[in-house]
Amino acid sequence: MPAELPGHHVVLGTPNKLKLDCGIELGPFTVAYQTYGTLNAERSNVILVCHALTGDQYCAGIHPVTGKPGWWELMIGPGRVLDTERYFVICANVLGGCMGTTGPKEIDPQTGVAFGLSFPVITIGDMVRAQALLLDHLGIQQLFCVLGGSMGGMQVLDWAARFPKRVFAAVPIATAERHSAQNIAFHEVGRQAIMADPDWCGGDYLAQGRNPTRGLAVARMAAHITYLSEAALTRKFGRNLQERDAVTYGFDADFQVESYLRHQGSTFVERFDANSYLYITRAMDYFDMAAEHGGVLANAFRGTPVRFCVISFSSDWLFPSWESRTIVHALNAVVANVSYAEIQTDKGHDAFLLDEPEFHTTLRGFLDGAAEHRGLRFR
Amino acid sequence: MNDVKTPASPTRAIRPDLALIAEMIAPASRVLDVGCGDGALLDHLWRTKNVDGRGLEIRQDRVRACVAHGLSVIQGDAETDLRDYPSEAFDYAVLGQTLQAMRNPREVLLQLARIGGRTIVSILNYGNWRIRWRLLTSGRMPVQDSGARHWYDTDNIHPCTLHDFVRLCDELGLKIERGLLVRGTGTARDLHSPGWYANMFGEQGIFLLTRGKQ
Repeated sequence: MPAELPGHHVVLGTPNKLKLDCGIELGPFTVAYQTYGTLNAERSNVILVCHALTGDQYCAGIHPVTGKPGWWELMIGPGRVLDTERYFVICANVLGGCMGTTGPKEIDPQTGVAFGLSFPVITIGDMVRAQALLLDHLGIQQLFCVLGGSMGGMQVLDWAARFPKRVFAAVPIATAERHSAQNIAFHEVGRQAIMADPDWCGGDYLAQGRNPTRGLAVARMAAHITYLSEAALTRKFGRNLQERDAVTYGFDADFQVESYLRHQGSTFVERFDANSYLYITRAMDYFDMAAEHGGVLANAFRGTPVRFCVISFSSDWLFPSWESRTIVHALNAVVANVSYAEIQTDKGHDAFLLDEPEFHTTLRGFLDGAAEHRGLRFR
Repeated sequence: MNDVKTPASPTRAIRPDLALIAEMIAPASRVLDVGCGDGALLDHLWRTKNVDGRGLEIRQDRVRACVAHGLSVIQGDAETDLRDYPSEAFDYAVLGQTLQAMRNPREVLLQLARIGGRTIVSILNYGNWRIRWRLLTSGRMPVQDSGARHWYDTDNIHPCTLHDFVRLCDELGLKIERGLLVRGTGTARDLHSPGWYANMFGEQGIFLLTRGKQ
C-alpha cells in the first residue's frame, strides 16, 4: 500500500476534540476524502456519498491501491447519475477506516505506535459527526443530498435525523434503521474469524510485524455470501467446476464458487485492515435509530424538512425490503416528504453497486426533482 | 345544474376526471393521492398549483416511473398503509377510481377522511344505464376495467352505484360538500344529491367530502 495515499487529507478535532458516543474524546484526527466536480458559487450543489463497510473515499476513478475502478464508478462522473458537471461530490473515508482517515491502524500520537485495540469504539453517529466537521472545514452549510447504500445508508439516516437543516435530500439505499440480529450474527462470525487467526496477536499485529490475513479473508468470504443471493450465485456459478472435469475428492477449490470466494478473500486483505473490520462492523451492530429516539423511530424525523428517497432491492436478504418499509412507515407517520421504490433484481444486496438500470433511472429522477425543488440551475 | 368546463392544463393533457379533481384543490395545499398511478395528477398539481403532493401506489413499475419523474411517491397498499399517517396530515386525500378495487372500501374511506381535511373520491357508476342494459340483455356481468375482460380477473371487486356511495357517506358521517357528475365526453356538471337521473346517466361521480359534525 502506498505510504501516502492520493487525495485530500484534513486534520480535525482540534483544538476542540470530537466527543464520541462511547464517552471518549478524540482529537486531533485525520479525515481523508475525495471530491469530484466543482462547487458552485452558492455552495448549494454538494452531494455527500457515504461508503459502506468495506468501501472507501475512492468511489470514482481508478482506485490508487487496487488499480481498479472505484466502487461507484458507474454512478459518478460527467453525465452519470451523480453528474459531476452538475454536482460537487464528496466522499470521505469513515472514522475507524483504513484508507487515510484515523482508525486503528494509524499511529496514536500519544504513544507513537498504532492504535490497535486502544482505538475507541466508534458508532455511525461518530462517523457522521466527523463528516459534519469536514463540511464545516470546507465551508459547506447544507448538503443538496446525502446518499449511500448499506452502512452508507445508515449514515444517511443519521445525517437526516441529526442535522435535518443541513440536508436537503437524503437517499438511504439497501439499509435499515437498526442492524438485525441476523446481521449482528454474521458480523460476529467475521470478527471471530479474525480474532481466531494467531497473526491477529490480540490486535497488536502491526507492532509485531504480522497480519491476520487468513482470518480477514474468511471474514470477507462469509460476508460476501450475504451480499449476493442464491439466485445470483446459481446464475453465475451453479455447480460448475473450476478448471477441471471432475471433483478431486479433496478440499481444493473444486467448484467455481469456492474459487470465486477465495479470490474475494485474498484481494480484500490487500486493501483492508483487520482491526478496522472489527471496529466498523461493531459500529453497524450498534446502530439502532429507534432506540436512540425513545423507542419510536418516527421521533427521529419529527418535523423533518428533508426530502427522502428510500430504495431497496427485491432479492436483498441482508437488508430486506421490509426494513426499508419500516423507515418509510416512520416517515409517513411524521408526514415527511418521502419516495420509496423497490427495485426488482436477483443480484441481492450488492445490487446497489451494480449496473441496475431501474435503480439508476429512479435515482436520477429523484435527484432531478429534488434539484428543481431546491432551485438548482444547471448550465 | 350548470355545466363545468374541464380546466385546460398548461403543461400536459391529463385525464378529464383528474383535471376535475385538480380543480377542486386549493393552491399550495398538501395532497395525498392514493392510487396515484403514473403520477399525472400530482405532476399537474405541482406544476399548476404549487401543491405539496405525495402519492401512494401499489404497482412497483408505476412507483418507479413516478419517482423517476421527480414525484414523491411510495410503494404501498392503501388497505394497510394509510394507518401510518397521522390524522389531518393532509389538506386533501384523493382516491381516484380505485375505491371499487379495495377489499374494504368502507375502511379505506374512513382512513382517507381521517387523514385529509377533505377527501376527494371519484367512482365509476355501476348504476349507469349502459351497464344495466348489458346485464339485462346479456345476462352476464359487465366488466368496467380496461385491464380485464372477465368478471373473475377484474380488479374492480366492489362495484357500486352513485346511490350506494352516497349512502355509505351518510352512514360514515361524511358530508358531500360538492359532487360532480362526469359524462363519457369528459364534461361534468354539479350535483348535490344524486337523483335517479344522475344514477342512471352518469358514468362517474367525483365527490368532495368533509367530516360531518360528530
